[in-house]
Amino acid sequence: MIEITNLQKQFAGRDVLRGISLTIEKGKVLVIIGPSGSGKTTLLRCLNLLETPDLGTIRIGDVKLDFAQKTDKALITRLRKQTGMVFQNYNLFPHMTALENVMEGPVTVKKEPKEAARAKALSLLTKVGLADKVDAYPYQLSGGQQQRVGIARALAMDPQVMLFDEPTSALDPELVGEVLKVMKELANDGMTMLVVTHEMGFAREVADEVIFMDQGVIVERGNPETLFAHPQEERTRQFLQLLL
Amino acid sequence: MAPMFPSNWFENPERAERLIQIAQSSFLPLVKGALTYTLSLTLLSFAFGLMLAIVTALARISRVSVLIGIARAYVSIIRGTPLLVQLFIIFYGLPSVGITIDPFPAAVIGFSLNVGAYASEIVRAAILSIPKGQWEAAYSIGMTYTQALRRIILPQAARVSVPPLSNSFVSLVKDTSLAASILVSEMFRKAQEIAAATYEPLLVYSEAALIYWVICLALSFLQDWLEQRLDRYVAR
Repeated sequence: MIEITNLQKQFAGRDVLRGISLTIEKGKVLVIIGPSGSGKTTLLRCLNLLETPDLGTIRIGDVKLDFAQKTDKALITRLRKQTGMVFQNYNLFPHMTALENVMEGPVTVKKEPKEAARAKALSLLTKVGLADKVDAYPYQLSGGQQQRVGIARALAMDPQVMLFDEPTSALDPELVGEVLKVMKELANDGMTMLVVTHEMGFAREVADEVIFMDQGVIVERGNPETLFAHPQEERTRQFLQLLL
Repeated sequence: MAPMFPSNWFENPERAERLIQIAQSSFLPLVKGALTYTLSLTLLSFAFGLMLAIVTALARISRVSVLIGIARAYVSIIRGTPLLVQLFIIFYGLPSVGITIDPFPAAVIGFSLNVGAYASEIVRAAILSIPKGQWEAAYSIGMTYTQALRRIILPQAARVSVPPLSNSFVSLVKDTSLAASILVSEMFRKAQEIAAATYEPLLVYSEAALIYWVICLALSFLQDWLEQRLDRYVAR
């Protein structure tokens, strides 16, 4: 489903990703944890091509990019269309209502007829529990509601995989639950998900696998029970101690 | 010879009557000049100028050094030379290299170039004021650069740039009076003709000034309306 090999990325001469290789099977939920600066967000952004890796390959579904060669714009767009991205700060379009935010991709990018896109957007907003907020502008919504619109907006493009970049980090504690609930439902529906998060409860409950990243490499990976209870690596142990 | 000072208007009923008559008979031609030339000159130049401004702003924020260079040179030349001189070059200068342009189109070209240069800085600042996350969100749902710009960035930039662009617009309304010097029969040229024929410059030019002011007043109402409309999605 997703295959990443030897992914490398530098920012201003600093290695942020130092050869990441990873495969994710369809329908699995992968949670990535690690200290800030470990490269976990960069990894996610590389999968969405918001950052262009310096080296390595990414394959999602039947689209494959090799960054050793010059990357072709059309292929970047195709790969990007396989993924849906949920941002830490939601990044909703402030000049559009919740419904318009969700319709925007299907109408502008996929050229779907407006009526069909509207029906789909309505059902997605209902799915994330916002049927009564379709005509609200982002500034009229709470953080949790905005993030759920963000999830619906990404889902509207029918992605093969959903990427979550610390989706609850900017939220007030009492609003975290409503977003995690939507993400759990999504996982139960069989969506392939890559989640960067500090929510250990979510990881324990939903993740098929947890990856611990530090300084641009994958230090340790395993199922959540084993990794949280019996980390093999010293660095993993130190990080978990700080967190739990 | 009749005294020239307004204080004498009241002591001389005949002269007062003559002034009223001139005011009445010059009003319609002035308004006609404003409606046919001043307004069309303003609207056309602003429309073309704004397009030019967006293209120039995009060139400036592009990563193509040739485009950046061209945009910078254009803005620098237009901002660094007087508008009147630019109009003279276009209308009186270009014919000597075989390019003859009628007064009205020559004025439209001159004013458009001028608006384009000044407004490009406004548009550039407005585009740069939109958070990077908006571009990323647009790209993340598969948009191209052009789609992101048209659907996501420019609509938000428009809101930010309405107040400064309104300034440019109002300036342009008044600057169109310079077109009189290249033979466009807009309002100010009409006023010059009437003043010359009647020997009443104070009256006629004041009348023209009043009409300019009314137009600008109407524009500031339009600005308020536009700002309110564009502000509907912003928390207050």
